[in-house]
Amino acid sequence: MAVFIKSTQIHEQDLLSREVTPRSIFEQRRTLLKGLTGAGLSLGATVSGSALAQSVASTNAGGGKLPALVGAHSSLAGAYVVDKSTSYADASSYNNYYEFGTDKGDPVKNAHTLKTSPWSVQVEGLVKKPMKITLEDLLKVHPMEERIYRMRCVEGWSMVIPWVGYSFSELVSKVEPLGSAKYVEFVSLADPKTMPYVGSGILDWPYTEGLRLDEAMHPLTLLTFGMYGEVLPNQSGAPVRLVVPWKYGFKSAKSIVKIRFVEKMPSTAWNKAAANEYGFYSNVNPNVDHPRWSQATERRIGEDSLFTKKRKTLMFNGYEPQVGQLYAGMDLQKNF
Amino acid sequence: MKSWLIHPNAKRILLAFCSIPFLLFVYKILTDDLGPNPAEALIRGTGDWSIRFLCIVLLVTPLRVWTNTVALQRFRRIIGVSVFAYTTLHLLCYSGFDMAFDWDDIVKDIIKRPFILVGFVAWVFLCLMAMTSNNLAIKWMGVKSWQRLHKLVYFVAVLAVVHFYWMKSAKHNFNEVIVYATILGGLLLWRLARALKLTTIKKV
Repeated sequence: MAVFIKSTQIHEQDLLSREVTPRSIFEQRRTLLKGLTGAGLSLGATVSGSALAQSVASTNAGGGKLPALVGAHSSLAGAYVVDKSTSYADASSYNNYYEFGTDKGDPVKNAHTLKTSPWSVQVEGLVKKPMKITLEDLLKVHPMEERIYRMRCVEGWSMVIPWVGYSFSELVSKVEPLGSAKYVEFVSLADPKTMPYVGSGILDWPYTEGLRLDEAMHPLTLLTFGMYGEVLPNQSGAPVRLVVPWKYGFKSAKSIVKIRFVEKMPSTAWNKAAANEYGFYSNVNPNVDHPRWSQATERRIGEDSLFTKKRKTLMFNGYEPQVGQLYAGMDLQKNF
Repeated sequence: MKSWLIHPNAKRILLAFCSIPFLLFVYKILTDDLGPNPAEALIRGTGDWSIRFLCIVLLVTPLRVWTNTVALQRFRRIIGVSVFAYTTLHLLCYSGFDMAFDWDDIVKDIIKRPFILVGFVAWVFLCLMAMTSNNLAIKWMGVKSWQRLHKLVYFVAVLAVVHFYWMKSAKHNFNEVIVYATILGGLLLWRLARALKLTTIKKV
């Protein structure tokens, strides 16, 4: 298993004084989190009643309708961005989840038919310990962490979302990939009975995505179970999804049912649909245009109003210090 | 039925109807009712109404022939200029919201990206037709030349579908494209059949 040195070095871009948490809030959070991590986090626990929970939840408040799922503070470099989080309302109602419709407003309207329990994930392929692991056991593999990541859609808009999960590498170390495993394939649920558009030919079903093994093992790659201190809403890929913050959003597969460790580069949904537009890597890169539009700028949902200029897209979505070395020497124009 | 078509208020009412989508956009901007990505909603919305008004204006002549209502012909100007108006709004939304009126970037985009070039050419054709959508122009050009110039609308229809198709192909979602292509294709085919005298429709 690869060893990643967790760096606590603060990078210049990470911290601005106005973003530093007021001390009183900081102390309250520590008290609350000590209590929570000691007691163990269960899916059903609700903390929304207490005043302490209010202060934790204030900046990244969820919708208040789903069970709480709170993550502990993460000391991982890159775990927190200083950008302001997108509102829960926007993050949970502006989604690309084609299984529930092609309009961005469709998933929030239609995803109520998704059945998230019982749920299990099949982990198989070139591993020593393949397993079919239930959601309940998956939640116990590692304590939940809070990660506030940028999310950049290939369409040219972006959000900042406080996710709850743990590094995917924790699950990988449990299954022990063989030396021949070079890639990880993620398969999403494709149930025509509960997902109205799975019958359509708009994409090849099931939705599959993939990462190179070192990308999958990177601590920023998050096996995600919640957002905004609550479990994932259906339209955001409940009950378990992947989040790979330095790649375009479609790489972050939703509602995962199968994870396969393979030798050959897996074929991915959008690459199958339009190979010249959506590559396997799809790293956020302002220098590599989409055939139909530039990727140099983006619109931050909720922040960039109608009359503000679009903001510059950052290389690797701002995660270059953390992931740049994965692509050293690679031609990123060719391997887009 | 035909008397209200030639009523002096008929054209004003038509103009009012053509303004409704625009007024709705303004209302939604003011009430922040355009969803999480208002810029994209406006760019797309103005594009949608451009192609819809294009369908409507191309429907006038077939409707006139089928119902034998010559009075309908007078409404083409208002609807046609509406096509130009919404297309201009669409271009302004793109230039402003997407490109912050950076003319260098816009020119680069037009040259580098085929779907934008196609859209821009369609708008230029619409400009030519809008500028000559008045009696003075008809007199100055002569009826025959004016009619030939305004056949550009058929090219606009084709360019609009191509522009829309290229845009939607990134989303791999062609349902709407097929609808507009069918409507516009049908309306153009009707004219082709008529021109080739393939049907017994009298030229009214």
